[in-house]
Amino acid sequence: MPDWFAAESHRALLAAITLLGLLILTVSIGLTVAADRMNRNPADAVEAVNRLLPQTQCGQCGYPGCRPYAEAILHDAAPINRCPPGGNATLRALADLLDRPVTAVDESLGTPTGAGKAFIDEAACIGCARCLQVCPVDAILGAHQYMHTVIADECTGCELCVAACPVDCISLRH
Amino acid sequence: MSVRSVFNLQPARPAWGIRPPAHKTQSMRDPIASAPLPAQVSIPVEQSLGIRAEPLVEPSQRVRTGELIAAADSAAGWPGARIHASVSGHVRCIEERPVAGDDTATSLCIVIDSDGLDERHPDCRPADPWSLSPAQIIERIRAGGIVGLGGALFDTAAKLECKANVAGLILNGAECEPYITCDEMLMRERADAVVEGALIMARALGDPDTVIAVESDMPEARVALHDAIDARGTTAVSVAVVTAKYPAGGERQLIELIAGREVPEYGLPSDIGMVCQNVATAAAVAGLFASGEPLISRIVTVAGDNIAEPRNVDARIGTSLSELVSVAGGYVGEAHRLIMGGPMMGIALPDDSMPVTKATNCIIALHEPAHEPSRVEMPCIRCAECSEVCPARLLPQELLIASRTSDTEALEELGVDACIECGCCDYVCPSYIPLTVRFIEAKRTLREQRQTRHDAEHARDRFEAREARLKDAAEALTRELDEQVESLDEQTSIDEIMARVGGGEENDR
Repeated sequence: MPDWFAAESHRALLAAITLLGLLILTVSIGLTVAADRMNRNPADAVEAVNRLLPQTQCGQCGYPGCRPYAEAILHDAAPINRCPPGGNATLRALADLLDRPVTAVDESLGTPTGAGKAFIDEAACIGCARCLQVCPVDAILGAHQYMHTVIADECTGCELCVAACPVDCISLRH
Repeated sequence: MSVRSVFNLQPARPAWGIRPPAHKTQSMRDPIASAPLPAQVSIPVEQSLGIRAEPLVEPSQRVRTGELIAAADSAAGWPGARIHASVSGHVRCIEERPVAGDDTATSLCIVIDSDGLDERHPDCRPADPWSLSPAQIIERIRAGGIVGLGGALFDTAAKLECKANVAGLILNGAECEPYITCDEMLMRERADAVVEGALIMARALGDPDTVIAVESDMPEARVALHDAIDARGTTAVSVAVVTAKYPAGGERQLIELIAGREVPEYGLPSDIGMVCQNVATAAAVAGLFASGEPLISRIVTVAGDNIAEPRNVDARIGTSLSELVSVAGGYVGEAHRLIMGGPMMGIALPDDSMPVTKATNCIIALHEPAHEPSRVEMPCIRCAECSEVCPARLLPQELLIASRTSDTEALEELGVDACIECGCCDYVCPSYIPLTVRFIEAKRTLREQRQTRHDAEHARDRFEAREARLKDAAEALTRELDEQVESLDEQTSIDEIMARVGGGEENDR
């Protein structure tokens, strides 16, 4: 066998190894990225849906808050048209994300909440502390036998405290 | 001098911007006139970038010129919004009155009937800024109620107080809007005060490189400034000339031109070590130290085809605009259009009964509208004139499409937040499309959306914190019950023992 042939084949071998190595590297990186993309954490999915909800925490959808509703949409196939405070904008965003058809917001759930802020008529408040327990965002300040007041900046206007008040001293103000 | 290391004294010529007819000579023929002492002033309490000061005086109380009559709640962290009586006399009333803004804009105004004496409050004492520390200078500027007189009303003391290491102080004399000449006349006639104020503010900032920026069509102001600098024998202040192009006097635009660096989109000039102050603000600072007089007057340009003798008027804050117009010879014919500010960015006024505020730099009365608004809007032909003139280097035609389809993501992506609302795109648009109003609206919508998103995230965090707390409480309760049950088991065994012991006692008996 002549020398030049041996040198040539040596070079070809090196080239083949390098090429194959590069190919393996590229494919493995590609597969890793793809695996990462496809295999999303289910908690991230809930988070993505939850982010589209208005966070009023009003429970109008029939679930005890926005996150529980997001979980129900994903896991129990709950309809996406059960959020009156979010209205059509939220509905469209959910439909886009989940690739579900857009239907009208369920009107049987009542008028949208979240437009105002709760206000306690402090003269009428009897200090029963019932509203404290239902407020989903801890926006009411008070204690049993003491006057209550709403921290307006924290209130989402969910109206849950209105029904809880035995003396009807809470109203929504815009 | 080290000045040259930070600033270009012959700045780059901007490719952006427009050259609308200047209409400036008409109001510069006569020197600045002093308006006669008004019989009544009406001083709005909102004169510091949306910060509302609370009145400190009562109706019928006597006040003296320069007395503090309103201040913001210092707990709110905005102690700069101080407002002083501009005449001496008695407070007539404190009531809502119409001010410049939307058609229905009103503001709480402190109305003072002048007694004609113009008696100074004893607190108005001169001070020597060169014997004061920077912090003391800033405190005094704050007490003097001095805000940015370019029209933005930003608290001057807050600007001087910025913690960042300041490399350059720019005094903005680039008055680029048509008709307005109040800064140019100030620089011509009171250049010494501008230079003095510049030096005082430079001292407050730790002596950065300081430059006074004028436009290329202000030769007299430039000469006056050079003379004043020479007379003072200082080398700490220079004069830079920018091309007379609108909007070269915009804060971001001016900094970009003469410092050669851009202010970040959501940042402030201090982020790149720059502070920009209006020349009138500098003159007010100089006046504050020279005579002890807080900000109770300002120069207002009264101009337009409809004014008999257009000129600049030095007026007390709270003087009615109609008094200024009469100083300028009154109206010629009937005013069809009244504008406060310049024709590009000013606001239309319903009448001239409104008071002069710290923001009032110009009143224009015109026979005909400055731009013909009756022109019919036509479709965009994609000529891209708008993107050539845009000083923020945006793409107005793309923004227009995004705003028509309410595509907020695209609007954000295209950077509508960087729009300075200068109106250059409207001015050049051959299809007469009102672009700026759309962008103002889009900026507002984006701001609201961001607020909603922020509120929602906050509510979500609180909801989740509450859920976690309730869960912890429930778990703690279960644990406690379990422990009780366990101890109950022990208890029963003790009971059994006790029963046995008791039985023993019985047996004993």
